Amino acid sequence: MSVLSIQNVVKEYAGHKAVNNVSFDVPKGSIFGLLGPNGAGKTSLIRIITRITAADSGRILLNGKDISETLIREVGYLPEERGLYKKMMVGEQLVYLAQLKGLTKLEAASEIKYWLEKFDIKDWWTKKIEELSKGMQQKVQFIATVLHKPSLIILDEPFTGLDPVNTNLMKEEIYRLNAEGTSIIFSTHRMEQVEEICKDIVLIEKGQVILTGAVGEVKEQFKENLFKINTTQPLKSGSSAYAILNSDEEGTTIKISNDATSNDVLSEVIQSGNVVKSYAEVLPSLNDIFIKQINRI
Amino acid sequence: MNKVWLIAAREYLTRVRKKTFILATLLTPVGIGLLMLAAAYFAKSGSDANKSILVKDDSGIIQDASVLDSETMTYTLSNSDTNTLKDSYNESADILVVIPPFDDLSEKSHQISYYSQEKLSIGTINKIEDAVGNQFREHKINSSDISMDTYNSFKTSIDLENGELLDQIAAGEDPKSSGKTGVIVGTILGGLMGFMMYMVIFVYGGMVMRSVMEEKINRIVEIMISSVKPIQLMLGKVIGVGGVGLTQLAIWLILTPAILFGVQHFFGGDLASTTGVTPDQLDQITSAADLSESKISSYIKEFKSLNWLLIIPVFVIFFFGGYFIYASLFAAIGSSIGDDMGESQQLMIPVSIPVVIAFMMLQPVLNNPNGNMAIFGSLFPLISPIIMPARLAFDPPMWQVALSIIILIISCVFFAWIAGRIYRVGILMYGKKVNAKEVLKWLFYKE
Repeated sequence: MSVLSIQNVVKEYAGHKAVNNVSFDVPKGSIFGLLGPNGAGKTSLIRIITRITAADSGRILLNGKDISETLIREVGYLPEERGLYKKMMVGEQLVYLAQLKGLTKLEAASEIKYWLEKFDIKDWWTKKIEELSKGMQQKVQFIATVLHKPSLIILDEPFTGLDPVNTNLMKEEIYRLNAEGTSIIFSTHRMEQVEEICKDIVLIEKGQVILTGAVGEVKEQFKENLFKINTTQPLKSGSSAYAILNSDEEGTTIKISNDATSNDVLSEVIQSGNVVKSYAEVLPSLNDIFIKQINRI
Repeated sequence: MNKVWLIAAREYLTRVRKKTFILATLLTPVGIGLLMLAAAYFAKSGSDANKSILVKDDSGIIQDASVLDSETMTYTLSNSDTNTLKDSYNESADILVVIPPFDDLSEKSHQISYYSQEKLSIGTINKIEDAVGNQFREHKINSSDISMDTYNSFKTSIDLENGELLDQIAAGEDPKSSGKTGVIVGTILGGLMGFMMYMVIFVYGGMVMRSVMEEKINRIVEIMISSVKPIQLMLGKVIGVGGVGLTQLAIWLILTPAILFGVQHFFGGDLASTTGVTPDQLDQITSAADLSESKISSYIKEFKSLNWLLIIPVFVIFFFGGYFIYASLFAAIGSSIGDDMGESQQLMIPVSIPVVIAFMMLQPVLNNPNGNMAIFGSLFPLISPIIMPARLAFDPPMWQVALSIIILIISCVFFAWIAGRIYRVGILMYGKKVNAKEVLKWLFYKE
């Protein structure tokens, strides 16, 4: 079942279609990568999901219900452009934002205490936002995003501006929230992070979905029959089963011909008297897929 | 609705707790008090140091110099030779006044001369002229066949008042028609409203605008809008800042008279004399205006008879209505410009034009409180908050008051709607130069 289902959503700004008939599903309990180059329509789409703006047409279902009928507190949103009231104290600010999400003051206070302790910043309650560094503000902002226990969290570039220690801390929290059943949409340009964190992705360009699916499936879909083989002697070229692309210290990358299999390649190598030390499939990185797909359009 | 109050409460509390707010709110009345004191001090030290005046009277009119004395001036008669006095008066006096011989009683204008080391102020000259003039007048009357009483009876003043009102008072009824007091009350109400509207526009309207700009620049608006509707955020802001304004105005309304009273109390006599009004003059003023006791009581009666049960609530309604309309417009302006404070200053000018027009209309409207201009002014929503309260003391037809309020309320909704539509697009628009045409388009964007 999907936590979020986007169906034929269109949003037009002054004659330009920022979101053009987009449909995809975010599986429940997934960490879902929303990918696309700058200006692809990610922010427009996120703004529709968070009800900042409304779609011109199409439907969005959250937990099976039309999004306009669901509670605001079911979604938590960390925008790419962070912002907090600079003159307000951390505690005050978090209580206020939680109240706007529908929590009572009491509920908010106990949640905030929990999170401040978790991030080891208990004594920040009375600190003004403007006294905090950017990275510290980001922690506060993250707490504001999650403290009302939404079933769907949308994080837009959540790690920018964080040092490695805090990035790790935040990552752990994301994993933990996910393990507890929270679905997470993760929007970023950083492909290595997507590869590391996301279970599913959608790639958007020019307002349209280019591809979507589980990370493994996508890689499977775009694999090019590449293998890396390491042998005691150099591979012979001129085989009908494979073509050599390049070689380095770790071995030789080969592309297997369409009508051949790994078995054909290995038996040919073994029969030639060469000894195979290692053999593995090379799957394309999301980065490669991303760039190839974008360039194709 | 709950969220609107949450937002309003935050807007209100963060502002009211600011040191600058507390200082401005408390120091303004104190400043006014200090200003009064300073004015009193300067007036006193400037013109009213005690002066001793030597009078050489060749006319023989002044028998006893003490009749000329006033609080700050002491006169002494001298019979010495004028030329000798000219050389030596400064040994015993500040000023020498020489009155030449006087025989022609029909003469209206008389030249007398003074000698002084210092230049005399207009105030001092006037005082001497008045004092000597009074003696001349008395001398002329005494030399004629007319008694002083007869002479005093020549002083005449006419008081034109609404006959219906006088009839009602004479019959012992509560007055229903309005007279001069109505004009005074109307002028005060109109002026007060005008002043408050100006405050609203330049202080609190500007506050709403800056607050919107701050949220936009801060980018917190995106988080806010993912929790509340833009219109809720805008309304909360307008209400919260309105509360700040009310608090500030209320404190000023209480503190300023209190401080002025205190100043008056502690420096009582001084202040009265140094602001240029002596008890004598006060007597003169009141007698000139012929404020006899019966007159005053009729004023008070009429003042009481004004329909305050109508005036006060309607005044409050128009204050809120006017604030709401203008504050919404400022929120819209704030949302459609980025971080350019200069641009915002420029945009405030067109918004303040209706207020200026209303001020210009105020006098003609008070002259003819039920004329066409007055009726137009009471119905047009950007002007009515100033014009309608000013007319209330003149018994405007009830249907006009009702219609004016209805139009005001409809306008509030209308302007909030327009402002809301501009606002919701404007706050999410970054890095784009916005012009009027663009803003017009926003009105018709779908949600």
